[in-house]
Amino acid sequence: MTVPAPRLSTADRTPSQDTVGALGSIEAADYSFWYGAKQALHQVSLQIPARSVTAFIGPSGCGKSTFLRSINRMNALIPDTRHEGAIRLDGEDVNGTSMDVVQLRQRIGMVFQRWNPFPRSVYDNVAYGPRINGTGSRQELDAAVESSLRRAALWDEVKDRLRDSALGLSGGQQQRLCIARALANQPEVLLLDEPCSALDPIATQKIEELLYELKSEITIVIVTHNLQQAARVSDRTAFFYMGRLIEVDATQSMFTSPREERTEAYITGRFG
Amino acid sequence: MGSTSIEGASSADRWYRIITTACALSIPLLLGFIALQVFVGAWPAFEKFGLSFLTGSTWDVGAGEFGAAPMIYGTVVSSVLALVLATPLALGVAIFLSEFAPPWLRQPVAFLVDLLAAIPSVVYGLWGIFVLLPVLREDVMPFLATTLGLGNTPLFSGPAYGNSMLAASVILAIMILPYISAVAREVLMAVPRAQREAALALGATRWEMIRDAVVPYARSGIIGGIILGLGRALGETMAVTMLIGNRAELSASLFAPGYTLASVIANEFAEASTEFHTAALMACGAVLLVVTLMVNMIARWLVGRVAREGR
Ligand SMILES: Nc1ncnc2c1ncn2[C@@H]1O[C@H](COP(=O)(O)OP(=O)(O)OP(=O)(O)O)[C@@H](O)[C@H]1O
Ligand SMILES: [Mg+2]
Repeated sequence: MTVPAPRLSTADRTPSQDTVGALGSIEAADYSFWYGAKQALHQVSLQIPARSVTAFIGPSGCGKSTFLRSINRMNALIPDTRHEGAIRLDGEDVNGTSMDVVQLRQRIGMVFQRWNPFPRSVYDNVAYGPRINGTGSRQELDAAVESSLRRAALWDEVKDRLRDSALGLSGGQQQRLCIARALANQPEVLLLDEPCSALDPIATQKIEELLYELKSEITIVIVTHNLQQAARVSDRTAFFYMGRLIEVDATQSMFTSPREERTEAYITGRFG
Repeated sequence: MGSTSIEGASSADRWYRIITTACALSIPLLLGFIALQVFVGAWPAFEKFGLSFLTGSTWDVGAGEFGAAPMIYGTVVSSVLALVLATPLALGVAIFLSEFAPPWLRQPVAFLVDLLAAIPSVVYGLWGIFVLLPVLREDVMPFLATTLGLGNTPLFSGPAYGNSMLAASVILAIMILPYISAVAREVLMAVPRAQREAALALGATRWEMIRDAVVPYARSGIIGGIILGLGRALGETMAVTMLIGNRAELSASLFAPGYTLASVIANEFAEASTEFHTAALMACGAVLLVVTLMVNMIARWLVGRVAREGR
């Protein structure tokens, strides 16, 4: 079976004016990825404009996480993997020799499906990134912690328990803490891999609202199995299937008039 | 039929409960019984010498004078020094194996380290006498005393005989290394991938990840491994007896011979002829028992505190 290259909508070729020049645009060109002999991604080409929310959807095992984790090179930790093609952040190859992976990961924050705060205080969790990246003074740290917690809509809930263990927070709070922790590095991009899949509807709604607030400042890429969520939070949606990018378009067009049959089958629930 | 099988199950249940309860009870009972016997046997010595059994530093079998302070001191110092020597090395090995070693190297090296634990104590003692002591006497001790100029400090003063507190500590360190490193390796490998990824995704280098995410997460387990090593070191007898010099004298110098509670029991029990000599050795056993229990309790408290702080 041959799968045609995804057709790009016009929006892809001419990004809207306010995103031009903004930091945090991502572009993949014929990106393929292998776990050992198993090819998990096939020549994915995709543009993610800065300061927007892009959702990745597709059935389980189709390569959404693999692609997401390729952007900040988390996959490089897995032994015996390789890639072809390129992913660029602001035009710069993330796998290029001049790209420092530590800096790359400071510029690209990541939030995981299962919240993973360190077993330390709320404050220390958020301060971790700035600390290892050289923010020394107490005032700067305090300011970074407060502003990150505010941006993650968590400040009011935790301002009196900054010294308490992060593990005492509720699941939804811990996930927002992880978002705050990522934001404290002042990233250009925030990657979220099914951030709400283990949360109740209210906690989920809080995070969706938060993403809506954040997208004026940073580029957001979110993997989700929840199509309503994709429809609610994203500007653009990319549909993956069996390691290939089938279609990418403005979310509204994608959900109302998908161009590919498989996309339509997936979003109408006929498979996956 | 249904009710029979249910009754059968419940009576089997009851028996199962009774048997396991009995097994569980037998352990504290056994412990209590051993402790009781030791203390009963030691009683004449405690009665006669009182506190001076613990504080007195003269152990003179001929004169019937028994003060175990040198043995208590030797037991504690040799074990603690062994811990100080072994812990960094064991942690280094564990971190290397869990974080850096290529998979094909991991198993063989881990196996070799574990094998250290399988060497009989007396073989360690022999090796110590024929290899370690000459090296200590001719190279290490002169180096510490002369080259580094530490000879004037109390810890490294006096003649270098070889047989010494230092020799015993070094052999103990080698002997407890596999225990500490095995436990540390296990707990390091058990640190969830999510914790590692959390640090890396924030821009941590590999080393920062290990320092800030992996080791702290594993900390209480690592401390548990160190304590396990301390427990082994306190009671270790054969190799220490062969290397420590067996002299019941209090000396601050690590070059000087010493004695431990376990060694004095092993050395003198066969020849103990007077009632008080036997009782004094029993009392040494009682003190060792108490010291070991105390160390374990402090350890547990520490681990518990660390675990609570981690939360
Ligand atoms: N560490 C790994 N080693 C080998 N194969 C892997 C590894 N991780 C993922 N894969 C394989 O790569 C393919 C893509 O996996 P990926 O996790 O990217 O899918 P996904 O779209 O995120 O799925 P899900 O929706 O279930 O999270 C799958 O077939 C998966 O089995
Ligand atoms: Mg996934």
